[in-house]
Amino acid sequence: MTDAITMAGLVKSFGPTQALNGLDLVVRTGEVHGFLGPNGAGKSTTIRILLGMMRPDAGTARLLGGDPWTQTGELHRRLAYVPGDVTLWPNLSGGEAIDLLGRLRGGLDRRRRDELIERFDLDPRRKGRTYSKGNRQKVALVAALASGAELLILDEPTSGLDPLMEEIFRQTVQEVQRAGDRTVLLSSHILSEVEALCDRVTIIRDGRTVESGTMAELRHLTRTSIEAELAGPPDGLADLAGVHGLRADGGRVRFSVEAAALDAALRRLTEAGVRSLVSRPPTLEELFLRHYDRAGVTGRHAETAR
Amino acid sequence: MNAFTGTGKLIRLVLRRDRVLLPLWIVFVCLVPVVFVGAFTGAYPTAEARQEYYETSVHTRAFTVAYGVLNGPGLGELVAWRSGFVTFMVALFALLTVIRHTRTEEEAGRRELVGATAVSRHADLAAALIVTCGASLVLGLASALALIGQDLPVAGSLALGLGFATAGCVFAAIGAVTAQLTTGAGGARAIGITVLGVAIALRGIGDIAAQSGDGPAWVSWLTPLGWAEALRPYSGERWWGLALAAPAVAALIVAAVALAERRDLGGGLFQARLGPSGAAPRLRSPLALAWRLHRGPLVSRIVGLAVVGLVCGAMSASLGAVMNNSGTAAREALARLGGPGTLVDQFLAPLMTMLGLVCACFAIQAALLLRNEERDGRAEPLLATPVNRLRWAGGHVAFTLLGPAVGLVAFGASAGLAHGLNTGDVARELPRLLSAALVQLPVVWVFTGVALALFGLRPRLVAATFAVAMASMLSGWIGQELRLSQWIVNLSLFEHVPKLAGHMAVTPLIVMTVVATGLITIGLAAFKRRDI
Repeated sequence: MTDAITMAGLVKSFGPTQALNGLDLVVRTGEVHGFLGPNGAGKSTTIRILLGMMRPDAGTARLLGGDPWTQTGELHRRLAYVPGDVTLWPNLSGGEAIDLLGRLRGGLDRRRRDELIERFDLDPRRKGRTYSKGNRQKVALVAALASGAELLILDEPTSGLDPLMEEIFRQTVQEVQRAGDRTVLLSSHILSEVEALCDRVTIIRDGRTVESGTMAELRHLTRTSIEAELAGPPDGLADLAGVHGLRADGGRVRFSVEAAALDAALRRLTEAGVRSLVSRPPTLEELFLRHYDRAGVTGRHAETAR
Repeated sequence: MNAFTGTGKLIRLVLRRDRVLLPLWIVFVCLVPVVFVGAFTGAYPTAEARQEYYETSVHTRAFTVAYGVLNGPGLGELVAWRSGFVTFMVALFALLTVIRHTRTEEEAGRRELVGATAVSRHADLAAALIVTCGASLVLGLASALALIGQDLPVAGSLALGLGFATAGCVFAAIGAVTAQLTTGAGGARAIGITVLGVAIALRGIGDIAAQSGDGPAWVSWLTPLGWAEALRPYSGERWWGLALAAPAVAALIVAAVALAERRDLGGGLFQARLGPSGAAPRLRSPLALAWRLHRGPLVSRIVGLAVVGLVCGAMSASLGAVMNNSGTAAREALARLGGPGTLVDQFLAPLMTMLGLVCACFAIQAALLLRNEERDGRAEPLLATPVNRLRWAGGHVAFTLLGPAVGLVAFGASAGLAHGLNTGDVARELPRLLSAALVQLPVVWVFTGVALALFGLRPRLVAATFAVAMASMLSGWIGQELRLSQWIVNLSLFEHVPKLAGHMAVTPLIVMTVVATGLITIGLAAFKRRDI
């Protein structure tokens, strides 16, 4: 399978601030790829490099088989972009902005445009300066989704949308996904959205990739939490590598355990005699919180990524 | 929580944001009259020389319009008179500052952010007014002190400084009112600048009447700029001019608060209308979008220039008749500014220089629009389409080049037509004045080039081109008027343009066009290579 986007070892600094510090990103053709990271991690800078608006100081970036800086025009014919913070022309109506962007991209599907405006419940006659953030976002979304572009680059596209509109956004992306001929790079903070839509995700922090893989692979990296009531004392559980945060209170134990140590940990429990057991599967939230938390140990996270 | 809760904190915010601009501005305004003291004592060291200068200048209407009434031949009177244009600039600065800290903030959504904290409804307006009026007073007192330091009389120096402050305070209050009217800061600025333009025109008419002792001199009283002048610095100060300004400022502020009281956040007296639900078939290229964005300001500027051209053209013939009576001295004064030729031409020539400056400002404004499209993130979605950077920028560049050209044509043609109708020789005057206006185009384009080169190399500095253009014109005018070294005069690009009655020197025009082309090429090449 070919890759729609391959970026390797990207470095970009703005004066003293290092925005990207060896970032890697691979998006396969036909997938919906989640692009995650805390605020200021370098998501928007990465996207700007992809769009040929910035040049990296070091590293390589390939987009749809071309060079995003030198082949800007021809590549842009094949993609559509929704910025994270949409600003519109104050004296152009939303409908005008949608049509203009569509035409500049080389034409848009009139029927699809009207259908999307309907679905997103957008009044296209309002002037740009009178739209709320969510409505400005809708204008950019309609313009992008109504295009036949083979790659959609969406930078936090649902920020400012109400839950109903978020649901509609999900549906439209799922339609795109089912059709199977388009690739989506979705930068987002909304975990349920990522979980529902994305085939693979890349998590970045401080300008470098810390985790990348399918959702299943990433879950594997997280810990399962166990709560059990035991007949006897849990011998040897504390010494087991991969068991964290063990708290024993009489017959009750609570701990979290890495996937690799799960089997061994459960064996220790059954040896002690299990009266009741609750296990919670790893949630993406935990995964993200681990990576988003700046107090976390950067080094170890970087290691797990490799 | 009273009506002014939070004002103090917002004042600190305004001061923090303008911490560079305000001191620079105050120092600049203080320096101007001091420079004139030095220049006048240098060029006209004796009382006789100043008397002669006074006689040559007092009946020159172009001077009266530009600087105001000249009250006497004393050093202070000359300096005060010559600093007359500072009053306009203080007024403009105050107007723009208040709008920038009120409506611009509101339009950008920052007022909502601030307004949700423990500040009262009108705290932002109060803070913007207090800072702007305070700065106007400070610059007034500082320039008074600077002049007193030059051994000029205390009372006169205070009157001149307070005149500046008066203009600043009144136009700050006018800015507060206009900021309530429109939903966009651009519209508020346009209304405010129109008011200033009318005030300058009224003052000019009133002053010409006062100076020639004939006509509606009372018109000066209608304009805040006339009140500043009524203080008569160094010439028997009349302090009651201040008494007119104070109630006017108070009334304008009450009006602004009343208007603010009646509207919602983000709203204005004039509400935004609905637009079409789809774009017209023409709106399909960066050029078409640029036209859409530039056409509003462009059309109003062209109409404005055509109207001013008609008025000036109609005035010039009668002006020539009056000046024929005003003696050889006045003619000499005009010849310094306007070059050889008839008196009418000597009136029209500096007008053409001024026209060049105005059109250069329009071109810079257009370049600034390009810069703001990028800064505010509207360029990004466009550049994510197949449109390349040069095509996108090119649409705007077309308007920075052609907009001022059309403006020059509008002014030259209407002035030529009106003047020709007056003298009964349209066939001669129309092409003559039209070409006199059009020779300014290479100068305008050089400033366009500077603005676009900055856009490519240092986009934050595009607005500094205004200062470059202003300095260029002043170095020529002031240098010539005060007989400063020729190299200072030569710094001004406007001095290299053929004068109305002079011979057509084509070389400088070609050189300037080539320079402009080079600057634009540099700017676009740099823009192509830099990060957005």
